[in-house]
Parts: sequence; structure tokens; C-alpha cells
Amino acid sequence: MVEKSQDIPDSSRLRETARQVRLDIVEMLHRAGSGHTGGSLSATDILVALFFGQMRHNPQDPCWFQRDRFVLSKGHAAPALYAVLSRLGYFPREELLTLRQFGSSLQGHPDSACTPGVEVPTGSLGQGLSIANGMALAARLNGNGARVYVLLGDGEVQEGQIWEAAMSAAHFHLDNLTAILDRNRLQIDGRTAEVMSLEPLAPKWEAFGWHTVEVDGHSFPELLGALQEAEQVKDRPTMIIAHTVKGKGVSIFENQVKYHGVAPNKEEYAQALKELQA
Amino acid sequence: MSAKESTRVEYGKALLKLGEENPDIVALDADLSGSTQTKHFAKAFPQRFFNMGVAEQDLLGTAAGLALGGKIPFASTFAMFATGRAWEQIRQSIAYAKLNVKIVASHGGISVGEDGGSHQAVEDLALMRVLPNMVVLVPADGPETRAMARWAANYQGPVYMRTGRMPFPVIFADDHRFELGRGQILREGEDVTLAGIGLLTHHCLEAADLLAREGVSARVLNLSCLKPLDWQLVVDSARRTGALVTAEEHLATGGLGSAVSEVLAEHYPVPLQRIGLRDTFGTSGKAEILLKHYGLMPDDIRKAALKVLPRKNSR
Repeated sequence: MVEKSQDIPDSSRLRETARQVRLDIVEMLHRAGSGHTGGSLSATDILVALFFGQMRHNPQDPCWFQRDRFVLSKGHAAPALYAVLSRLGYFPREELLTLRQFGSSLQGHPDSACTPGVEVPTGSLGQGLSIANGMALAARLNGNGARVYVLLGDGEVQEGQIWEAAMSAAHFHLDNLTAILDRNRLQIDGRTAEVMSLEPLAPKWEAFGWHTVEVDGHSFPELLGALQEAEQVKDRPTMIIAHTVKGKGVSIFENQVKYHGVAPNKEEYAQALKELQA
Repeated sequence: MSAKESTRVEYGKALLKLGEENPDIVALDADLSGSTQTKHFAKAFPQRFFNMGVAEQDLLGTAAGLALGGKIPFASTFAMFATGRAWEQIRQSIAYAKLNVKIVASHGGISVGEDGGSHQAVEDLALMRVLPNMVVLVPADGPETRAMARWAANYQGPVYMRTGRMPFPVIFADDHRFELGRGQILREGEDVTLAGIGLLTHHCLEAADLLAREGVSARVLNLSCLKPLDWQLVVDSARRTGALVTAEEHLATGGLGSAVSEVLAEHYPVPLQRIGLRDTFGTSGKAEILLKHYGLMPDDIRKAALKVLPRKNSR
């Protein structure tokens, strides 16, 4: 059973794990020939902080009743989640290379029926926060102390349902819920500021009744500090706005709109390996 | 005339009873708990009731999350808003995820009455019937409503159940039991089959009485379980009577008429007449007037039967 570590997780070990996860992501995407590179790499450190440093869960018993729950509301970052889950032992690493293939347990977007460790199918944006709210309500009724974590994309919060759910999480005082927003500032058609303005973002969540903090989404001390702080907050859900770089870790992908939904070709993959192995 | 019951009122009572029996049952509503009758559950079990406000997408998504947490959520709002506004939430977060969510939507069909076309779901059955993993139910009366609610609470998986506002005559005995995928023969007959769903099942029974006076013997089916449909009963009726009439408080496309047409076309083609709204939305008015206006009365079903009978011989 993976209980929460008693010690403060070692940032350098988490950084090394994240580097390996990024290597897995670019390999999976290159082999698959399609998929979402930018948002998988921007979310990598957040997922590593959650699964290796924060959540109570057990890869040998994915349905352990008291486990903390995670919902990848920005389901297109599935490669990052799969890489993290396989590294934790939820399923063999070889399966990563079957991503998006016919008959694979790793669907293009997360599907709980196929993949151990995936709680719920996601991918149609805007739906994960409501689901996480329901899980948090159930956890409260069950009284098992489980916490619920949900990762949102920044383009995703343009969906109206997100704000319905933002209202209800505060209304129901879901202090066992932590949402993380992957604020990489890009979406498929361009910069979020150009496609549909989101700012001021933090004041929006505060106004909706959320305890809101902003962190560097690539800093493990900041991410873990905010996640731990969220556990102490009473009567309110917590929103962690994690400022990230889309395509983080590979210079040619960083901050490039194009790599939202494009997989690395042969040359790009070679370049990515070179940089991530340096 | 037998006693009359409204399916939404009977649902409200049934949910309360189920809540007393099973602590895992929770209920959600979107600011319509008086209309949908979840208010009784809400009053008895305030800790297990969640009013989501006027937010149907969040309503269904939250229900999905509660199901993932081991609860048995019954989510209610008007049929139009559940299946229309939140169709994609039902599709992705409930049907695709195959979650144990029971969507019990009231105010189905045009018998809603005065609220008018914006509030009358005439396409909800079509919208739910296309979804893989979804069970689609429309009870014919109070006892069937209670039986279906009880069955749904014990079934693992997504269920859509439509209830109505209008009190209608009781058909079944108080101890009626529901069986998934099974229709019932309510009356035997040789010349034609009248297949009803929801409130129109009773109109089929009344139509059979009218036809009997004219020497036409009609078999009457209750096909309250729209999905999975009792296709064997449909085929058996086609073989036995050689012609069918379907009757529903819904568009003639996409609901029972379409489902029966599909079965007949693939397995045993015989003439069919469909009773339902013809490519039109509803309108305001008293329910009784609307049922007449849209041709959903027993006499309309009788006429459809007389129209389909000659086609049997002209094949």
C-alpha cells in the first residue's frame, strides 16, 4: 500500500521521475503517430507531484476503497497519465507503446473500462470537475477520508459546465477536493488570450468561493506545498493555478501552438531524446 | 373507470421508500424537486439529497461522480432538460462510462400541457435510445412506476426513466414486477396488434375496446421497456396478427414506432402504422386538448388500426 510518504518528497527524485515520464511520453506519441504532445508535457510535473508525492493510492489494489481519487478532466493529456501509472506499476511499461492502437488498453483519451488506475473516462472537455465533485460528495458520505484531485486545462475552463461545477463545489463546502489548472496559455487555435480570454483567472475562482493559490507548475516544492496546504483548508475547495509551459522539457515543442495535437515525427523525436537525455 | 395515478407522483413515493431501505441511494435535482417529486426524499434524507440548482450538466456529472463513489444516484429534472441540455454529459460521463446512474425525468411528452413546446420533451426517447449501455423505460401506470424504480435501484448500470405529469388510469396490480427487456400482452387478439408505451398503453386498451365493437380483435402490448426492446414479442405479434400499430407520446420518429419498425424490417416485415407527433413540437394547452390535437387518443389508434388492416391483404 502506498501511504503518503512521511518525509517531504525529494524534489530531485521527482525531477528525475518526471524526466523519465517525459521520455515515455515522446516515445509513446512518436510511435502512435498522433496525440497531444504539448499538454502532456505541460502537465507532467503536476501528475508526478500528485502520484509520487501527494496521493494515497495502491497500484496493487487500484480499487482500494480509501484511495484518493484523480480525474484527468483534460483527457487529452492521457499519455502523461499513462506514463505515470505504468511507472507506478498499474500496468506493464510495454503497454505504453500500444497507445491509440486497435485493441490497446490505452485509448486515445482515458477510459476506465480499459486502464487500471483510470477512474473515469474523460476527454470531452468540461465534464471532469462535476464528476470530481460527485466523488468528493460520495467520499464525505462514506467518511473514508479520501481526497479527490482533478486536473483541468486552461482552454477547458471556457466550458460553461466548469463554472456550474465551480459554484456547486463551493456550495457543498468540498474541502476534500483539490483542482489543479494547467495554465499553459495555449489552446488548439492559438493563445487563450486570443481565442477566448480567461483572465483574471485567480479572482474568478476566488469569487466563486474557492481557496485559490498560484504556483510554478514545474516546481515540485511549490506544487507539493500547495497540495499540502489544500489539505488544511476547511469548508472550501482549493484551486491551484499551476503556471506551466506547454511542451515543457523539449525546446522545439515549448510554447508552440502547433504541438497541441501533433505527435513528434522522426527528427523531432530524435531531438526530444537528445534534450531529455542530456 | 379505474383509479388514476400520476407516474411522477408514484415515483416520488417509490424513491422515498427505496431511500428508507437502502442507505446508498442518493438523489439529485436541478431546482425542480417539487415537480419531479424528489422533494419527499429530500425532506426525509437531507444529507443524501443534492439540489444542484438550475444546472443540468453539473447535475448529471455530479451523479456520475457519486456513482463512482459507490452511491446509487437518482437524478431528476424535466425530461427536456435532462436529455436535451445534458445529452452529452449523459453520453460521456454516464453511458460511455457505464456508470450506475438512474436518470428519472418527469414531464415527458405533450401531456405536460400549459407550459408549452419548450418544456414538452417529444424527442427524449430518441435521444436516450441511441445510447449504448442505456436502458430506457417509460412506465404505463403507477404500479409499473414503482416496480421500475425498485428494479432500477438493484440494476448495475445507467437507466433512463420518463415519468409524466398527468394522472392516468391504473392498469397493473399493486404487486406488479418489472422484468428487463420484457413486454406484456395485456389483451389477446387476432387481427391487429396495438403496441403502446407510457400513458398511451392505456389508450391502446381503450382502442381495443372500440375495435371489438366493430368486430376487430386487437392484441394489446405494453412495451414500456423501450431499450432493450422485447423484439421476440414484437415478432410473435407480427406473425400472429399480421399488422401493428405503435402509440407513443413522442415524435413518431426515433421512439417506439422506430424501434418496432427496425425489428419488423429485419425479422418479419408486416404493415405498421405509427401514432405519435409528426415532425412537430408541442404547444400550450390543456393536456386533454393536446392529446386530441396531436392524434394520440384511443379513437386515433382505432383509426390507425382500421387503416393498417387492408394493407395486410394487399401485400
